[in-house]
Amino acid sequence: MELPRYHRMRGTLYRLEGSACRKCAHRIFPPRPVCPRCKAQELEPMAFSGRGTLYSFTRVLQPPRGFTNLGTYSVGMVRLDEGPMVSAQIADADGTELQIGMPVEMVTRKLKDAEEHGFILYGYKFRPRLRAAGA
Amino acid sequence: MRDVSIIGIGQTAVAEHWDKSIRDLAVEAAQAARRDAGIERVDALYVGNMLSGELAGQENLATVIADAAGLLPVEAIKIEAACASGGAALRAAALGVAAGAHEYALVVGVEKMTDYLTDGVTAALAMAADADYEAGHGISFAALNAMLMRRYMHEHKARHEDFAPFSINSHRNAARNPFAMYRQEITAEDFAASPIVADPINILDSAGICDGAAALLIAPSAEARKTRRPPVRIAASAVATDTVALAERRDPLVWQSVADSARLAYAQAKLGPKDIDLFEVHDAFTIVSVLSLEACGFADRGSALKLAAEGRIGLDGDIPICTLGGLKGRGHPVGASGAYQIVEVVQQLRGEAGAAQVKDARVGMAQSVGGSGSVTVTHILQV
Ligand SMILES: [Zn+2]
Repeated sequence: MELPRYHRMRGTLYRLEGSACRKCAHRIFPPRPVCPRCKAQELEPMAFSGRGTLYSFTRVLQPPRGFTNLGTYSVGMVRLDEGPMVSAQIADADGTELQIGMPVEMVTRKLKDAEEHGFILYGYKFRPRLRAAGA
Repeated sequence: MRDVSIIGIGQTAVAEHWDKSIRDLAVEAAQAARRDAGIERVDALYVGNMLSGELAGQENLATVIADAAGLLPVEAIKIEAACASGGAALRAAALGVAAGAHEYALVVGVEKMTDYLTDGVTAALAMAADADYEAGHGISFAALNAMLMRRYMHEHKARHEDFAPFSINSHRNAARNPFAMYRQEITAEDFAASPIVADPINILDSAGICDGAAALLIAPSAEARKTRRPPVRIAASAVATDTVALAERRDPLVWQSVADSARLAYAQAKLGPKDIDLFEVHDAFTIVSVLSLEACGFADRGSALKLAAEGRIGLDGDIPICTLGGLKGRGHPVGASGAYQIVEVVQQLRGEAGAAQVKDARVGMAQSVGGSGSVTVTHILQV
């Protein structure tokens, strides 16, 4: 990824920042310029808690170029507690059997190794929720 | 708006064409369509293609093809709508002819994918997904569809083997299509033993990587009587869109752009699902066939697997699908697939589908889906 693009995405990648609609209170991730529900443009940034449940998941056995160094990895769709859904990699899942509906939480991890631009890309992933953090 | 008909069709075999470039394939199909119609004249060229920039390093593709086919200085434009590009190119061309801007418009759907290894093609295909919020996280197209399939199985208590009849049907029909890539029939045992790509999706759930081109010559229906082959009317042509990212849908198992584009098409044609004699479904993955049949009104939510289990999707069923192999059996050269579907519906409606002929076919529907249900093009053809 190019550095300016990474910079633009720092809010979503690091803080899971989306939008909240001032008109209809709809909560949106990732951020949008227009509310998909009421079409209002009065949106404000909203950081999500990072807690949610697993809507679905799979294990990628044929990774796309750029991700082949990960070997194989799990990805999932997570229904955030605040409402929106987000797709991401599932980390720390080895040895855990993933299940639809299981509680998960956001973690910040390396998304991509340094490419030709020379920087490492970090961002959100999700992991099965730790008991202590979930209590 | 003028009524528009398809007057000529052409296609290359779908294969790994190591000795042919993207322009060789496009020209071969284009010339075949003009020969089929017995018409040389072309007023405009619409090229359906998704990945020429990424996989051939070539944009401005429509000009490249107009040049190679000896059509200069004809108007030429590439239409891109991910895997629905071929269908979208016909939509654009049909609008041009209907509006009176052109008399004879040529549509060429073309894709050249096999110059690259699988990881490169997988990354290129993921460009139809959301670059920042899906592809950028290593979520491949197969992975998106796998998550849908797992969720579908969870909500409807289905087993993976319940999806086998879709793949078996496509392969059985492909075996009767000389242009198809995978011309071998498969069994439920083959399906069960197929290697996993992204669980629960296996190789036999998924359409393969390949090369091919298909072409259509269209004209006002009033002109169509002059042509060599029986014309086939475009009774409906409709496009609808949905969120690019799957996670942003209210219910990811409801393919709203598929439903919307089918609804628009039914209204244009003044027909409904019961009037459709055959349906070229976008079976890029078996789960796509299931969600599409449900969204288009051929099955209630959660019941498309039953439709297949009862044998109703076969050539002699009440709703034959993927009659010449579909994306799974014919092969899925992504930007060309929508044009192949139209060629195949025309073959059926002309009664030229050979061993794959659907008896008394008068009305055929073709549906091309881009992204994970984010853009859908539906055509209804009629004789
Ligand atoms: Zn709103």
